[in-house]
Amino acid sequence: MMVGPQAALLPDGRRLHLQHGPIDLIIEVFGPARQACYDQAIARFETILTGLVAELPALRAPLVPGAAVEGHGFQGPVARRMAAAVAPFKGIFVTPMAAVAGAVADEMLAATIAGHSVPKAYVNNGGDVAFHLQPGQTARSIGAAGPIAIGFCDRPRGLATSGWRGRSHSLGIADAVTVAARDTATADAAATLIANAVDLPGHPGIERLPARHLAPDSDLEDRPVTTGVGPLSAAEIDLALSSGTRLARRLVAKGLIDDAVLHLAGQTRAAAQPLQSPLEQDHADA
Amino acid sequence: MNQMPKPEKIRCDACPVMCYIAEGRTGACDRYANRGGRIIRCDPLTILDRRLAKGDEVKPFLAARWDGARVSGDEVVVSAIGAGTTYPDYKPAPFIVSREIEGADFVTVVTEAIFSYCGVKVKIDTDRHLGAEAATVRADGEAVGHVMTSEYGSQMLSLGGVDHLTGGTKDEGRKTCDALLRLCNRQAVELTIDGGSSVVVEAGAAPIVDGQREVRMRVGCGSATIGMFASQWQGLVDEVVVVDDHITGVVSEHQAGKVIGWPDTGIRILGRKSTPGRYFKVAEPGLGWGGTNIEDPLAILGPWRAAKGAHPGLSLLMVSTTGEHYGYYVLNDALEPEARPMPAALRPSVELIAENCEPSLCTVLFMAGAGGSLRSGVTNNPVRLTRSVHQEATRVTLGGAPAYLWPGGGITVMVDVTGLPDNAFGYVPTPALVAPLEFTLSRAEFRRLGGHDASVRALGDILETGGEYGADTRIVGAGK
Repeated sequence: MMVGPQAALLPDGRRLHLQHGPIDLIIEVFGPARQACYDQAIARFETILTGLVAELPALRAPLVPGAAVEGHGFQGPVARRMAAAVAPFKGIFVTPMAAVAGAVADEMLAATIAGHSVPKAYVNNGGDVAFHLQPGQTARSIGAAGPIAIGFCDRPRGLATSGWRGRSHSLGIADAVTVAARDTATADAAATLIANAVDLPGHPGIERLPARHLAPDSDLEDRPVTTGVGPLSAAEIDLALSSGTRLARRLVAKGLIDDAVLHLAGQTRAAAQPLQSPLEQDHADA
Repeated sequence: MNQMPKPEKIRCDACPVMCYIAEGRTGACDRYANRGGRIIRCDPLTILDRRLAKGDEVKPFLAARWDGARVSGDEVVVSAIGAGTTYPDYKPAPFIVSREIEGADFVTVVTEAIFSYCGVKVKIDTDRHLGAEAATVRADGEAVGHVMTSEYGSQMLSLGGVDHLTGGTKDEGRKTCDALLRLCNRQAVELTIDGGSSVVVEAGAAPIVDGQREVRMRVGCGSATIGMFASQWQGLVDEVVVVDDHITGVVSEHQAGKVIGWPDTGIRILGRKSTPGRYFKVAEPGLGWGGTNIEDPLAILGPWRAAKGAHPGLSLLMVSTTGEHYGYYVLNDALEPEARPMPAALRPSVELIAENCEPSLCTVLFMAGAGGSLRSGVTNNPVRLTRSVHQEATRVTLGGAPAYLWPGGGITVMVDVTGLPDNAFGYVPTPALVAPLEFTLSRAEFRRLGGHDASVRALGDILETGGEYGADTRIVGAGK
């Protein structure tokens, strides 16, 4: 049987929970427009999944290279966000599906607060979070390396995390890679690619299976995805993290992302400055 | 890389993604999985505890914490919600549960039934005219049903049905299915009636007609109201008119006034006289007084006749059938009514009319027919199940809620959707609705019908190991 989109306020009475198929969102809007925003969120959510499904086969394939086509040939707003997010990562295998969670979060956030002046709002799609801030506001999260705070003056408006232990399959061995970027779709795609790059190819302690054995529909097709990571030496951990950090720094330098934090076996690397804004912290929550 | 044979994949139809799921894995949602070539659901089968009705807290139920004793009695109803379904229905219904009730070994056959022949009958408590009989009712612009014969104090709609679901365009089917699903799951749905009103319908809530929330359902038509309250007005006012779209009543002319010696007043009503003191069509239907389009009640009065008793100073009460609208008037020297503040002595009678009205509600009855293939999920000989149901040897419930069985052939049932647990209804893309359906009968009767006896399992076993679609169960309302 098919279950349609579900919407419910969480028991705290503040946050909205939306669920349809694989999409699970927690939304919070601050300020007096909360209820009006939630009404908009629920209305937009009606067609989020069905809109995506319509273009799913093409979204599971790499973008067609060559001449730029309007919206990369996609019709749906979420599909277009996904395609736009992965388009800049030239020369690396990636499909728009790498940005699906982030793109849904971005689209839902835009629809939720459209037409309202909202001090702060976020859409958390299974750990990939799109947020909106007005001056003086700070978005806070707890990452694997500690607290993350992003203020109004900071550029990122999206956070995403990827790793082989997460819901999506990874080609790498990172436990978690968290990326901050201008939008969540970009952060999502970048986190996926950086997590893929944290790797020790051919290492005997790493178990992998063709993606299609785990998920017959996977956009990764027969590429080997990580199913287990055995004990690693300090040198191996360092080597794997360095590989991922190199890609992360390249993406920061290109201006695609703002920062990335990589975790593997208890070790952490940051690509740029910490995801903390001392300037904002002073007057945050004032 | 590990070498292993490529496992069997199966397709999940739980959401529009329609994932292929590999053996031992979950779909993209982590809610449905493939175990041993079957789709199992990680959402649990819902077990309804009748203690829910007593207002106990609703808690999720985990088999590991099940004390084993709680579900032995009559307090737990196994509902079909979450049981899953088989379509086409060529194999036994997903759950066939056996349990002890007062020494009898009862069998509850549980399935989530797919109904392509289904719809809802909506009763909207309002005197307001919503649209002409047989007018098309639309949801989101698509025809989803029509206005049917109105009932006493209520307007009736018939929505859904196979013609709208699968007989029209794809969009019509999709929007019909969506409207039905939301109405059945007790959500608010805005409907528009061709040549009539827009109405927001939500089962168990007051209707909102053209943006205005309905509050009261009338105590009776205008004539009936006169009959009920004539003696209370006597001596307090010279004339009373109860304005009603159906039958407007006038106390001085009405039989109820005559028998208590109410004198003539020379009033003249601009409407079609039915019998003395009873008038049809005093105005057009609308959202004003008593379901008419009247905003100023004096508009239904003609010139007063002095020869028949009209005189300066004569007092007049005009009131609607719900007491929501009322006005007090006194004739001037030209025998024209002039509005005056209502005397305090009259107020209780107006309040009594209002008080005797019931709250306006929308009620939604889900109506569907269980087809032959569905019945064969229960027995090898479907028509025997039909006969057993009609002989009341087999009880039919939807999500634990008692269903009214329509006499005649087949198993056509109606159920009040407010009797089912939250979100009990689902859909398949056919489009058709999916509703929980339970047949309860004695095991002896079950065997007699040619039931799938080999598939019968004890309730405790279902709770511990689950059914076709998964091992998890929950008891809704199993508060201690």
